[in-house]
Amino acid sequence: MQKYLFLGDEAIAQAAIDAGMSGIYAYPGTPSTEITEYVQNSKEAAEKGIHSEWSANEKTAMESALGMSYAGKRSMVCMKHVGLNVAADPFMNAAITGINGGMIVTVADDPSMHSSQNEQDSRYYGKFALIPVLEPSNQQEAYDLVHYGFELSEKFKTPVMLRITTRLSHSRSGVESREKRKQNPLALPVDLSQFILLPSLARERYKILLRSQSDFEAESDSSGNNKYIPGKNRKTGIIACGLAYNYYLENKISNHLDYPLLKINQYPLPRKLIEKIASETDELLILEEGYPLVEESLKGFFNSPYKVKGRLDGSLPRDGELNPNLIAKALGIKEADFPAVPELVSARPPAFCKGCSHSDVYLALNEALAQYGKGRVFSDIGCYTLGALAPYNAINSCVDMGASITMAKGAADAGLLPAVAVIGDSTFTHSGMTGLLDAVLEETSITVIISDNSTTGMTGGQKSSATGRLRQICEGLGVEKDHIRFLNPLRKYHLENIGIINEELLHQGVSVIIAERECIQTAGKRHRNLSGLKQK
Amino acid sequence: MKTDIILSGVGGQGILSIAAAIGMAALEDNLFLKQAEVHGMSQRGGAVQSHLRISDTEVASDLIPKGKADLILSVEPMESLRYLPWLNPSGWLVSNTEAFINIDNYPDKEEIYSEIRKIKNHILIDADRIAVEAGSARSSNMAILGAASSLIPISHEKFHSGIRKIFERKGEDMVKLNLMVFDAGRKAASDYLSR
Ligand SMILES: Cc1ncc(C[n+]2csc(CCOP(=O)(O)OP(=O)(O)O)c2C)c(N)n1
Repeated sequence: MQKYLFLGDEAIAQAAIDAGMSGIYAYPGTPSTEITEYVQNSKEAAEKGIHSEWSANEKTAMESALGMSYAGKRSMVCMKHVGLNVAADPFMNAAITGINGGMIVTVADDPSMHSSQNEQDSRYYGKFALIPVLEPSNQQEAYDLVHYGFELSEKFKTPVMLRITTRLSHSRSGVESREKRKQNPLALPVDLSQFILLPSLARERYKILLRSQSDFEAESDSSGNNKYIPGKNRKTGIIACGLAYNYYLENKISNHLDYPLLKINQYPLPRKLIEKIASETDELLILEEGYPLVEESLKGFFNSPYKVKGRLDGSLPRDGELNPNLIAKALGIKEADFPAVPELVSARPPAFCKGCSHSDVYLALNEALAQYGKGRVFSDIGCYTLGALAPYNAINSCVDMGASITMAKGAADAGLLPAVAVIGDSTFTHSGMTGLLDAVLEETSITVIISDNSTTGMTGGQKSSATGRLRQICEGLGVEKDHIRFLNPLRKYHLENIGIINEELLHQGVSVIIAERECIQTAGKRHRNLSGLKQK
Repeated sequence: MKTDIILSGVGGQGILSIAAAIGMAALEDNLFLKQAEVHGMSQRGGAVQSHLRISDTEVASDLIPKGKADLILSVEPMESLRYLPWLNPSGWLVSNTEAFINIDNYPDKEEIYSEIRKIKNHILIDADRIAVEAGSARSSNMAILGAASSLIPISHEKFHSGIRKIFERKGEDMVKLNLMVFDAGRKAASDYLSR
């Protein structure tokens, strides 16, 4: 057993290695990225031959993890919350097929949208798919619940979701590891039709999943992951889920609170434990990070005048992440006024790095488009989304990965011409290629700029599946060779670049302009590593 | 014993290595520790902060409640003020004087300093100059850490071994440089207080 200082993400990764995982599959996404990166950088994982290469997107990752499970081995797939939307099809259906080797779906939610376009709560997906969900409160529990999660998965032959949120992903604390377990041997499913979801077979599989629900619930009551902690003040019963438990504990210690408490780390909700705390107290206060999932369920649970407080009745804000002060307020604790932020402090939003290639792309694009007027640039998700901010104000949309090309297509179909898409290289191979095929097949007049910085920049510079392949991919999808153009986004080629963009804006049909210059962050890192090598 | 620290700066200024150095030193002292970091979008030149909590008993919340921080440690002067609601009435603010200006409406520097001077317990040092004089412009974050180190209940030696651990893989020269900058920062702080 070893002691580590781990981010929540790292604790999950080391636990998976220790629990005998044979492969991790993922596409980067804050705050989940460090899980896979940890496995990629782990010598131990390399020696054990654990798969850890990035996948093209979350859907391919989920399916690969399911395939590894089919072959009898333990697998994990990781993503940020919106990644599960991309992977929702295999996710929902994996609940129906069930698993062979243990499979954990780790999803990192981002309440308050620190680095995301929404704050959806993945526990709903777990409930939707009818599978168990584990939600650790701290780094040690994250470590332990991975071990438990694989056992649970194999015990009930179901995928298990591990749900974390930003503060746990990116908070560091001490973790003690457990005994290591060997990887599973290669072993086919006992029933070779288990994974064939033909309607006749799927109906049977679905009934099996439905029958498992009472087992899942019993497990939630008895596993010990959901803990009832008695208290003398029976005015209010506290139900604290995942991370919210820590914020409650902070207040409990500093204000000597003594309410009965139910700490939730496993779903479906433990019916017996909830009935116990509900019957012993006058009202329930629900503390949960994300949407009011538990609060809503309990209001349905007790079709009675029983009082349930939380995010829905205004005791806590309906949106945004929780913190100790919000919970103090919900508990009726009076706090002194806090000093104000002096007025002169101005906002400091994120911005392009000095010398970023995306900024040169936008400067050229803005000039080329000036004659057509504003409102025709559909962009996508990545560092280049910062083109939305002043002084560029260069883009008009950022919705989900890949939507730039397809929204430009729809707008062009409606008659908005020229219509421009700006997409990053990694986003293009994640979800842009299929949309480009749609446009090619219909010869839609759109101009697609792939701003290729040869990395997955926004999430910290992971390898991009697109690097060195963009020309072949576009040709292969059927874009005319003459309308696959290249430009070098540097100030000194500014006029030339405007010229190229202008020519393609006039083209009737699909144009792709590949603006290729390496991300200055990854270039800088490479140079530092090289000079480090030379010195040695 | 419990010390709650807010580290602040601008994405890319290296507040995570300050956090790592304190974390390492705290571990050497067998203390409990929780440290909430910022990764992702705001690391692109935006405002970043990290909550670091050290205690001889287990730490509950990863986030420091407002009004409870004992120390704000900032590598950028305007950023030090952004987290004032977290500072407890007897807490300390330790900041670099060197501004990082990547926005058009950056306020007048003198006005920032006078806001900082309004706080009873504060230390203002030019960490960039200290680092440059020691021969390592990139190490200003260690100067700031040095300046605040006497306010953190971790011994000087433990800080040194924490810093050593972090820079070890970059070679002995880097270790020495960073230790030197750390000590220079510590001295600058005591000079500031006895001015
Ligand atoms: C479905 C989904 N998966 C992952 C992410 C996280 N994410 C946001 S931007 C980005 C990187 C995009 O890389 P690229 O397109 O190459 O642009 P760059 O940041 O390098 O400019 C990722 C992985 C997301 N927002 N949505």
